Parts: sequence; structure tokens; C-alpha cells
Amino acid sequence: MFEYAPAPESRAVVELKPSYGLFIDGEFVDPLDGGSFTSINPATEEVLSEVAEAGPDDVDRAVRAARRAYAEVWGPMPGRDRAKYLFRIARIIQERSRELAVLESLDNGKPIRESRDVDLPLVAAHFFYHAGWADKLAYAGLGPNPRPLGVAGQVIPWNFPLLMLAWKIAPALATGNTVVLKPAETTPLTALRFAEICQQADLPPGVVNIVTGAGKTGQAVVEHPDVDKVAFTGSTEVGRQIARAVAGTRKKLTLELGGKAANIVFEDAPLDQAVEGIINGIFFNQGHVCCAGSRLLVQESVYDEVLAALKRRMARLRVGDPLDKNTDVGAINSAAQLARIRELSEAGTAEGAERWSPPCDLPDRGFWFAPTIFTGVSQSHRIAREEIFGPVLSVLTFRTPAEAVEKANNTPYGLSAGIWTEKGSRILWLADRLRAGVVWANTFNRFDPTSPFGGYKESGYGREGGRHGLEAYLDV
Amino acid sequence: MSERVAVRKTYKLFIGGKFPRSESGRSYPVQNTNVSLASRKDVRDAVQAARAAVAGWSGATAYNRGQVLYRVAEMLEGRRDQFVGLGVPTVEVDEAIDRWVWYAGWADKIAQVYGNANPVAGPYFNLSAPEPTGVVGVVAPAEPALLGLVSVVAPTIVTGNTVVVLVAETAPLPAVTLAEVLATSDLPGGVVNLLTGRPAETAPWLAGHMDVNALDLTGVTDPGFAAELERAAAGNLKRVLRPPAGPVDWYADPGLGRMTAFLETKTVWHPKGI
Repeated sequence: MFEYAPAPESRAVVELKPSYGLFIDGEFVDPLDGGSFTSINPATEEVLSEVAEAGPDDVDRAVRAARRAYAEVWGPMPGRDRAKYLFRIARIIQERSRELAVLESLDNGKPIRESRDVDLPLVAAHFFYHAGWADKLAYAGLGPNPRPLGVAGQVIPWNFPLLMLAWKIAPALATGNTVVLKPAETTPLTALRFAEICQQADLPPGVVNIVTGAGKTGQAVVEHPDVDKVAFTGSTEVGRQIARAVAGTRKKLTLELGGKAANIVFEDAPLDQAVEGIINGIFFNQGHVCCAGSRLLVQESVYDEVLAALKRRMARLRVGDPLDKNTDVGAINSAAQLARIRELSEAGTAEGAERWSPPCDLPDRGFWFAPTIFTGVSQSHRIAREEIFGPVLSVLTFRTPAEAVEKANNTPYGLSAGIWTEKGSRILWLADRLRAGVVWANTFNRFDPTSPFGGYKESGYGREGGRHGLEAYLDV
Repeated sequence: MSERVAVRKTYKLFIGGKFPRSESGRSYPVQNTNVSLASRKDVRDAVQAARAAVAGWSGATAYNRGQVLYRVAEMLEGRRDQFVGLGVPTVEVDEAIDRWVWYAGWADKIAQVYGNANPVAGPYFNLSAPEPTGVVGVVAPAEPALLGLVSVVAPTIVTGNTVVVLVAETAPLPAVTLAEVLATSDLPGGVVNLLTGRPAETAPWLAGHMDVNALDLTGVTDPGFAAELERAAAGNLKRVLRPPAGPVDWYADPGLGRMTAFLETKTVWHPKGI
């Protein structure tokens, strides 16, 4: 055997300041009450930067800046000019993509292969796509005179920090709104770098405001009386709280929440491809994916074959340094998330499911969890019902297509689903019956700015991306 | 010291991404410059180049085509002074740049507003989506020289068509300069082919060419000539965009018509069932 030779990406491309302020009205400013927190590298636990914590007064300042920019500059600006700013931003992201990818991997823990080849290209594409809409909104089929809503308050998660920012900011700006965005407290650094990109693009001050902080800061954004639109991506539990908080107001709300997607493999499926799809479905981004294929439904007749191939493939996954270009599975984003994954996995064992992980050396420092599957899972087990948001797959079986539908839909979630079969008519038959906002057939975890994304049921409401995603930011 | 003697530019055709002279060896003077006078053979060469480019260009992702068109806008912005120097008003140059940006944005959106799922009364998936027609022959308007040309070329190629453009006899210089912009914009060779000369001479060959799929007669001002070209186009049932009925406001929102004129709609059926 050859010895393993890592291929680390250089982090020299990223220069970090020891501390960052809030980005309000086009400038980095200190928070009024002077609070701060640190953002760490989850792969090493080293501190990357100190980041300001925005209190209610800071949020108020940001909302006022956004309101002023909306009323005086961005709202009245012709769509074709808004488009040019967004095209500029898209181009700058393309130009600085390596720097942003490395920073994303440092702050989030995701493999550089993913931040470089998935996150960043999608971020740039999302801005490019929405730039084109800015002067074409009347053609979107949403009504004769679509109008912006005003100030959008946006709260995003830590799993795809910059991509979720793009999904929020690009459509909001294209449609003529201004934004106050709160990134997740464990991954604020690429959002702050994005603030610098706004400066580089000469975006008018106040159009984009970034307030860093934790749940309380997010709450202040959501509950601010002068916010016209709230967009949230995160857990279903927090989504419920936000829905309650905006109840009775005029705020328009869209929510992109949790999931427990079924990935359904039929006996006639191309099994090698299906196994790749299962792996991608649950281990992409350490399973920190709301649309992850976390429930594998395998037709009984091919169960043994699929499981053996899946285990063989899992043994080939390389877990470790996110900046190593060979790494498949990086670090768990935080100690808190690691604790949650451990707790649910222990519940899986306690409830009688069988746990398996390939032999896997994990680094001594940082937050790590080996790729794991549970077999013998029943529908009542917590690991089949609750979102684990980690590299943990629950395997169930079915005999008939009708049973597959029954089991796939037996969840309060409805974000995504996967279907693996060679039979086109069955794909379409099943897709009609799945209560999920995105259905992937013979592929999984595909994203494109032109393709609307969002959930049914308790996975939230509203769509992001595509023509439909514009509606979330328009008065039609 | 004597004044520097300027190096003058040779204005040539633009075919297959290259700048050849007319195979006929002919030229005609415009603004004290000799401009290539394209022949029937040049039309054929241009059609061949346009056809060869169809597979690659229509097969590129819409995202890619959008970025290439945006790149054209970037390059045009950098060469504003050249067009102004040729007598194109600044406001027209600005609008021409913005027109590229406008159409760049349409690349990955036209299917979303011009295609749709059809709720047929049966267990079938049924989806209609636009596809490019293929090679489009264009008789470009003489005025406004740059904006008119851009306004007929950009909507035709953004959807994946390739074009052979007969530039108006009186306005070749901005067209050849635009070709130099296109040549430096990552646009694959052959997607846009520009022939200077006399459309009165070359248009009938283009209209009758059996490997051309559609014809845009926007620049034809003589109704009798337009009718003659339309009749020639009927030989292989080219899609024909007739000359505008009245004056055109080239500065207005161009709408979708120039894109949809050169799109086919493909409807796919597939059964649904276990």
C-alpha cells in the first residue's frame, strides 16, 4: 500500500482581521453595546476572528439604514441599474471564489472540494441569474405590476453560509428590496467578506446590512416593526417561533426549514449509481443539509446487495482536514451540533436499531463524527422521525410502490425526496404522490438558481430560486 | 518633427470567428474607407460557418450563453470611444451596451416564461419548452446603426440560434467594429457572422438558402423586395419575421417577440404509472 499523501489547499489566500464590526449603512461599525463573540474553525477549534454581537439598538440602526436606502435609492432605481450592481457582485464573487471557498471551509468545516466546486459556483450563479430578473419582473407572470415589499429581515443557517446568503440577498435586491441579514453565529465570516464585496461593487450604502450575532439578534431582526418581509432558513422549531412572532403583522414570511427526506431505491435501479446517490444524499456537507436523503427506503429484493455496496463505498470515504482536497467528509460545524448528532445516534441504538460505521481515524481536535448507518430502523424510531442534521443514515425497506409512498410521506417534513429506478413512468407516478417540494430522480442534491427550492408541510413555505422564488419578495 | 502617420484599419467580413476579405475581392467606399463587398459565395461560407456553430452554441447551458452575452456588454463598454469616433451617438452606444445586458439575463429565463407544464387530461407528464430554430438569416436595419444591429442580433443568438447578418449598405463601420467586440467576448466562432456590402444583392441568396431556418427582414425597407424575399424563404418554410409596419422605437423595452420569433416549441409526453 502507498502511504496517504494529503493535498492541502493553501489558506494563504485568506487574510482575516482579528475582529470584525457590524456592516451597517455601507460601513463596518462597532456595536452600540460593545458585545462580541468568536468564530472558530470547527476542524481545529482555533479562533479565527472576533465578531461583533448586534443588540436590538444595532438592529434598529441597520433597519433604519435599510429603510432609508429603500426609500431614497434602491426602491426608485430603475431595474436595469439594480441589475448592473448584481452583475458586478456576481463577477466579483467569481473573481474571488478561491478566497471565499477557503474561508468557507475554515469557518464551516466543509471540505474544500465542496466549497470550491459546489457552494461558490452556485453563489455566483445565483447572483447572475437574479441580476437578469431585476429589469424583467413584469415578465415573471406574477401580475402586471410587481412591487418590492421594502425592508427584508433575513436569518440564515450555518450549513451553507454564503450560499444561503446568496439565496436571500440576490432575489431581495433584484426585486428592489433592501436587506438586514443575520448570518449564523458559528459561520459569520464569509458574510462579512460579502459586505466587503458590496463595498467593492460600490453598492449604495444601506442596501445590504449585515448584523452578526446569535438567536437574540435574529429575533430582533424578525420582530423589528419596520421590517416588511421576513425570510428564515433553519430549524422547524425556530421557524414555528418566527411564524408566531409575525402573526397579526403585515410582514410577509417565507420559511425554509428542516427535512427528513426519503431516498427510495427500487429493485430495477442502476444500483451502482444509486449507491453513489445515497452517499451523496446523506454524507454531502457532513449531512448538514436540510434536504439530505436521511431515510433510505430500499426495496426488499435488493436490500442485501445495496447494503453491502453501501458499506463498501462508505469505507472509502475520507474523513478529515476540510482543506485537504481529497477529503469527502469534513468537520461537524459546532460542539452543540456534534452533541445533538451523538444524542440521536445513541437513541437509535437504545431503540433497537443496529449501528455501523466504517473503520475511521478521526482527528484529535475539532468536532468529528464518522459516517454512520442504522439498519433495522422502524418508522417509530426517533432516528427515522427527527432531523439529525449529520452524517447518519437510517435504512428502512419496502415491498411495493404503494408502501414506498406510504413510508416516504410518513413524516411531518416535506422538503425533498429521491427516486431510483430505470422506469420513467414510475418516477413520474411516484413524484406525483410524494408530498415534497423537490423530487430528484436518479440523482440527488442538485441545485440551480433557475430551479425553485422549498418545502411542503413543516419543511416551511415559499420557494427560493427560479421564477417562483421572486414572489417571496414582491407585492403582486 | 513630422506628425505621426496613422495606421488605418482594414474593414473586413466576419465569418466563422475570422475576418476574411470578400472572396470576390470587391470593396466599396464608406466614410473614406474601403469596405468589403460580400458576394453570393460569402453568403454560402457564412451559412456554413453558422451551421457548424449551431451544435455547440445551442448545446451550451443557458447560464453559459448568458455569461457570454454579458461579456459582450463588458467588452463593448470598453470600446465606447471607438463607436463614438465612428459617429454613433453616446446615448446609442449606452443603450446598445444595456441591450446586451438585457438579453444576457434572458438566456436562462426565456424557457421559464415561454415554456410550461401542460395539465393534459390523462396520466401523462407533458412539458413544453422552447428550442432554437437553428441558423437565422438577418437583414439588419440601417438606423440606428449600432443599436439596431445589436437589437436584432442579441435576441436571436441568446436562445441558441446562430446568425448570418447582412449589414446595411450605409452603416458597415460600426458593424465591423462590433464584430471585433464579439471576437474578443468568448463567443464561439460562427455564432455571429457579419457580411458588409449590398443586401439588395446578397439577401435573395440568403433567403433562398436551403440550410437557413429563419429569416429576419427587419432591415428591408422596400415592401416589394421584402415580399420577394419572403417568397424565396418559403422554399424550405423558413420562419420569417417581416419588416416592422411602422417606425420602431429602438430605445423602448424590446419585449419577447424577437426571441420567440426564432424559437421552436418542443412538447414532451411521458406516461405516469407504476
